[in-house]
Amino acid sequence: MNQGITLLPPAASAAARSTDRLYLFLVGFSSLMALAIVAVMVWFCYRYRKGSRVDRSNAPTHGRGLEAAWTIAPFLVFMYLFAWAAHDYSRQFQAPGDALRVFVLAKQWMWKAEHSNGRREINELHVPINTPIKLVLASQDVIHSFFVPALRNKRDVVPGRYTVMWFQADRTGEYMLLCAEYCGTNHAEMKGRIIAMEPQDYARWLDGGADHPGLAERGYAIFRRNGCMGCHAAASSVHAPELSGLLGRRVHLADGSVVVADETYVRDSMVEPQKAIVAGYDAIMPSFKDQLDEEEIMAVIEYIRSLDTGRLMGERP
Amino acid sequence: MNIGRTAPSRTMPGGSSSSYLHDGYTLWSWLTSRDHKRIAILYALSITAFFFIGAVAAALMRLELVTPAADFVDADTYNRLFTAHGVIMVWMFLIPSIPSVFGNFVLPLMIGARDLAFPRLNLLSWYLYAFGGLFTIAALMLGGVDTGWTFYTPYSSVFSNTHVILTLAGVLIVGFSSILTGLNFIVTVHTLRAPGMGWMRMPLFVWAIYATSVILVLATPVLAITLLLLAAERVLHIGLFNPALGGDPLLFQHLFWFYSHPAVYIMVLPAMGVASEIIPCFARRPVFGYRFMAFAIIGIAVISFLVWGHHMFVSGQSVYASMVFSVLSFTVAVPSAIKVFNWTATLYKGSITFSAPMLYALGFVVLFLQGGLTGLFLASLAVDVHVTDTYFVVAHFHYIMVGGAVMAYLGAVHYWWPKITGRLYSEAWARTAALIIFAGFNLTFFPQYLLGYEGMPRRYHSYPDHFQALNVLSSGGAALLALGYLLPVAYLLWSLRRGARAPSNPWRASGLEWTTPSPPPQHNFDRPPDGSKPPYDYPPIGSTRK
Repeated sequence: MNQGITLLPPAASAAARSTDRLYLFLVGFSSLMALAIVAVMVWFCYRYRKGSRVDRSNAPTHGRGLEAAWTIAPFLVFMYLFAWAAHDYSRQFQAPGDALRVFVLAKQWMWKAEHSNGRREINELHVPINTPIKLVLASQDVIHSFFVPALRNKRDVVPGRYTVMWFQADRTGEYMLLCAEYCGTNHAEMKGRIIAMEPQDYARWLDGGADHPGLAERGYAIFRRNGCMGCHAAASSVHAPELSGLLGRRVHLADGSVVVADETYVRDSMVEPQKAIVAGYDAIMPSFKDQLDEEEIMAVIEYIRSLDTGRLMGERP
Repeated sequence: MNIGRTAPSRTMPGGSSSSYLHDGYTLWSWLTSRDHKRIAILYALSITAFFFIGAVAAALMRLELVTPAADFVDADTYNRLFTAHGVIMVWMFLIPSIPSVFGNFVLPLMIGARDLAFPRLNLLSWYLYAFGGLFTIAALMLGGVDTGWTFYTPYSSVFSNTHVILTLAGVLIVGFSSILTGLNFIVTVHTLRAPGMGWMRMPLFVWAIYATSVILVLATPVLAITLLLLAAERVLHIGLFNPALGGDPLLFQHLFWFYSHPAVYIMVLPAMGVASEIIPCFARRPVFGYRFMAFAIIGIAVISFLVWGHHMFVSGQSVYASMVFSVLSFTVAVPSAIKVFNWTATLYKGSITFSAPMLYALGFVVLFLQGGLTGLFLASLAVDVHVTDTYFVVAHFHYIMVGGAVMAYLGAVHYWWPKITGRLYSEAWARTAALIIFAGFNLTFFPQYLLGYEGMPRRYHSYPDHFQALNVLSSGGAALLALGYLLPVAYLLWSLRRGARAPSNPWRASGLEWTTPSPPPQHNFDRPPDGSKPPYDYPPIGSTRK
């Protein structure tokens, strides 16, 4: 009981404090409403108790104006609340382009994180403060939910798709990481820590653990091992889409639609290639659903991303 | 458990042998009865049994949560407990509670009918309910189920090793009972109203049961479809929700909440109907703004179908979908607010007494008000991101479903008990129980709001140390609440043996159900009553003293 009872838990980001402001406004508004209505009820109950000598003449049975007023007034307040909350919410979905990417894999019952240079950790996530962090989350089994109370943020990690979540911590410290979506026996044990550090400390921490190859490098090995080069290498005789510079590019599909190639799109192209066929290409790509697990897919995506930073297809990164 | 068999033998002497309770004394006469009043008693007994099974599960959970460590039950047991609690309380108790007991007993009396439109179908509904209940009990006895009452995929369809199919079957069967009951009420209200009773002369309880029935008939089939699809994936491995088979887990959530959000209104609309009967009666005033109240009921029922996505603000649905669901969720709060204002205005210039039913009804309004206000927090997108799937949500829906619906159910029990049994209970004990329940409820669930905002997720059997103080408060409240729920069992059973005989209208209430003897004769009315009086026709205060 080191903390006792508090109204607000620690807040580690500007977004968290912004949620707190809305929350406190709601607490104020609803307390006021509850107190006012209960006070009126109690007053009526007292004043008009049976046998009290008060004026009861002309008791109204309805009141059009009054009823209209207490229909419209709450509606206007509610719309104001909606606009405020929706504004904050939509900002939670707009990750800055230069955000630092970390892959997080959820599975029964642990969180595995992998940083860009290949440093991995379990049930811990080290992040630099004052830097936008974009988490790309995947689940290997059931639905989990990445919940950090100090950031006032959570996102369900749904298997079969990528979930993106971004935040920017601005205070160093250790914060609870919890799973908020019931996921089986040890749901309550699926917790860890977010360790927010000064950027230079983070850089030092990151270097300290690069004892295995980076994500992109492992991705390249997987790419080769699974024969992807056979079609996707520039020299290949098979007509397959060019992958360099793919992430973030607008892709024209055979059905006439245009999508922006994000992580989810690239992942779907590997596990469910028939879902979105690029315009001008035949639907000949096989599914790698049974060959690649989520961690390998993430590595391949990082490899593909590395292609647009100057290295050519087939060249060792 | 033996209300039916004890009561008649005790009420015999008066010679009023035409009472429905005297229409046969054997168990068989009850199990084959097509009398809506007897079927209501069958429901009352069976949902009470389920209520206490569900309550025991809750009590064991609150015991575990007294300490942060997992020490009283292990994780798997805990997961089975909260699933059993949810499944039983939602489908075996709350959904049938007010409609199946009081809708059955009182609705035909209120509109001056001799029975429901389809008495045989009504009995079949109870058998379906009991049969579905047996499946649920069987699943529980065989070791339980651990998916949570929400059955989220792919956990329920692939990963859980517990009795998912048996439980689904139980819920599916009970769903058909709901559909048939809803259909019966709709036809009854349309066709069997007493001469002169236009739609705008129906008591608000009838409006509420009518709206609830429409939801039951429209939404429950979607639940049935969803559960069958889930079974198809679990048993036949047809890929619907499991991404490994090409399915989408979110599809399940959309289908499930398309039923389960309206289901919240299946639980709370009848509660509003009960409050709208009790408050005018004990304030001696017509309900304020009758037409507005009736339209608010219909408004809630319609909008309730359009808000399901507010359960999915962090689940991966599109940002724009979330915004639409947020606006609609705020909108559905407007008619709910209107109802609270109008109940309050009904007290104005009344002549108020505080008998037990009134205490329960006022308790309902206060707790429903709190539950409604915290609903605004959850409709607010950015706040919901933080508090969804935490104890804040648990507190919110218990305020609506327990503080609201159960409080109103108990109000209805106390209000119509004299009519149903022909006996009066101890007023002092009944008031004491109402106060204990109100206090125990708040002590149990208010700390959970604070826990939720501090970040304690729901469905945790163990938790970080700093959540303990609030959990201890909550468990203490639960002990008080348990006492509050046991008291009525004692004094109501006592009233069956020793209670004073009830006159036909002990509360001097308006409404046709009070014009027949207590307990009512088997055929309800000797001649069709006159339905042309306005509802809540309480005389101006001071003018009469009859």
